[in-house]
Amino acid sequence: MSNVLIYTENFDGKFKKSTFEIASYGAEIATLLGGEAIALSVGNVAEDDLVQLGLYGVTKVLNFANEGYANLDNQAYASVVASAVEKENASVVIFSGSTIAKAVAPRVSVKLKAGMVYAATGLPKNLSPFTVPKKVFHGKAFADVVIKSEIKIISLAQNSYGVVENPCNVVVEPFDVPANAPFKTRVTNVEKTSGKVLLNDAEIIVSGGRGLKGPENWAPLEELADILGAATACSRPVSDEGWRPHSEHVGQTGKIVAPNLYFALGISGAIQHLAGVSSSKVIVAVNTDHEAPVFQAADYGIIGDVQKILPQLNEAFRKFKNEN
Amino acid sequence: MKILVCISNVPDTTTKIKLTGDQSAVDLANAQWIINPWDELALTRALELKEASAGKIDKVTVITVGDKNAEPTIRKALAIGADDAIRVDAAPADAFAVAYEVSEAAKAENFDIILCGIESSDYNGSAMGGMLSEFLGLPSVSSVSKLEIEGDQVKVNREIPGGNELVEPETPFVAIVQKGIAKEPRIPSMRGIMMARKKPLNVVAPAGATALTEFVAYQPPQPKAACKMIAAENVGELVELLHNEAKII
Ligand SMILES: Cc1cc2nc3c(=O)[nH]c(=O)nc-3n(C[C@H](O)[C@H](O)[C@H](O)COP(=O)(O)OP(=O)(O)OC[C@H]3O[C@@H](n4cnc5c(N)ncnc54)[C@H](O)[C@@H]3O)c2cc1C
Ligand SMILES: Nc1ncnc2c1ncn2[C@@H]1O[C@H](COP(=O)(O)O)[C@@H](O)[C@H]1O
Repeated sequence: MSNVLIYTENFDGKFKKSTFEIASYGAEIATLLGGEAIALSVGNVAEDDLVQLGLYGVTKVLNFANEGYANLDNQAYASVVASAVEKENASVVIFSGSTIAKAVAPRVSVKLKAGMVYAATGLPKNLSPFTVPKKVFHGKAFADVVIKSEIKIISLAQNSYGVVENPCNVVVEPFDVPANAPFKTRVTNVEKTSGKVLLNDAEIIVSGGRGLKGPENWAPLEELADILGAATACSRPVSDEGWRPHSEHVGQTGKIVAPNLYFALGISGAIQHLAGVSSSKVIVAVNTDHEAPVFQAADYGIIGDVQKILPQLNEAFRKFKNEN
Repeated sequence: MKILVCISNVPDTTTKIKLTGDQSAVDLANAQWIINPWDELALTRALELKEASAGKIDKVTVITVGDKNAEPTIRKALAIGADDAIRVDAAPADAFAVAYEVSEAAKAENFDIILCGIESSDYNGSAMGGMLSEFLGLPSVSSVSKLEIEGDQVKVNREIPGGNELVEPETPFVAIVQKGIAKEPRIPSMRGIMMARKKPLNVVAPAGATALTEFVAYQPPQPKAACKMIAAENVGELVELLHNEAKII
């Protein structure tokens, strides 16, 4: 029992960087344990895409393409994952740090009596006892968690390990489970916003706070996001006021993000805001108040009126993009 | 219909996190304890649903797994408007143990809707609600940002990456709720606080769950280097630094 099962999420049939990150992470744990890294794919993913997982150390892909599972049903999906774990004799199960980890992983945990750590921040520090690092108190401290059960479940916090290439020969194997009872949840409508960079995937996020003064002032911020191929975000009062959609709210009570670069524009940097963004690699803050707490979390700061600074930033970044 | 709301007792989110000398625990001796913010919103929504149900929802119960110290927090939930409360008298060892205890305590009554928050603001486990639903063998919907009852059908909104889904679960079911479920948390009124004293708070013995995980050591976050300031007249320097120093663009 030293195999690692990796639950790979696809988005309309395509894998994203976060999937390759957990594949890389799972493959490294398999190496440490002397086992194999096996991926489970649920949904309709083309063979050409499935074999991409082999670039990151995966040697086998279980392809669960049963059409009855087009929509997420936590109960049914957990059964699929548990069957795959049993079939492959896996001792570690890896999920991403996304919503699926919150929906499905805890159910798998109960099915397999497997202890679970949500949003781990790196490789196990120790294999025996099996000890995993994680953030607690929204990044105000880190903890080492020992998983005492035979099977262990880890969800990896996004951007905390990285994508590591490690090309392997990979086989794709069809996988199914015996017909389940009908799903007890029914999806009756799906709405997707297309064309925009999603917050959770974004390498760069441009975020605005109350310092922007009103919804009419967002155009230059969106322009900066456009220039950089970034996603847009906001502080809580901004979405509460209806200046921006709720889906853009980041922080303790919004989305937790970890991009390479985070722009905090006219955001004071309240502890609840920082809780959602402090894992960003680099933070740039623009604020009129040199005492704003955001400067304590930022790497680069500019003191000034964001409405004057933004057009200058746009010009400078556009020039950079044209030259590079 | 009956609704159960699971309440986690957590340190106020502005608490400064200090570690004990040997770094084996977080020193919370001076912390203020509150209802986990998600659970407060879940309770608020449960009460709104009850009030709008014209008597169809007859009871909102709150439950917490915790020792005596959790009692002021669960009392506050009664003051906000819950009808009765259960405290399972055990330290909340991990999400697995808590979920098992809640599932055992909840079996005594047939709740139609069980609400949990998407995460506790202290250990950020994001697991208990899903575990509870599996222990009870009930369907669950996670990332729920809206919950309505239309006739006999419950309709929830589930947030997905880049969008939303409308989901109709069979009841009984477990909803794991997040932002949007209620606008503002209710705060207890004076009358609510008075009434809460008379409402039943049932202390039950634990079923004896075993935790599967243990927090063994803590570290403070790495101190951050000082912020580099760039003159407002010279934003080109920022671009240069992000390119050559941070190597991020
Ligand atoms: C339980 C709880 C949970 C919370 N969760 C979240 C959360 O998830 N996310 C979140 O963001 N907040 C959250 N909050 C709210 C948080 O405490 C702050 O109130 C909020 O983050 C402040 O938003 P802001 O920085 O946009 O606004 P403000 O605090 O009003 O700050 C505006 C900033 O803009 C600056 N400014 C003003 N004019 C200009 C200008 N012309 N140019 C440049 N700068 C300017 C000001 O100096 C100030 O620093 C939560 C609060 C609680 C109690
Ligand atoms: N000790 C507890 N007693 C009752 N419910 C809890 C407890 N701990 C957590 N919960 C519930 O589970 C949710 C998620 O918690 P967690 O899995 O700890 O992040 C919380 O929002 C609560 O609804």
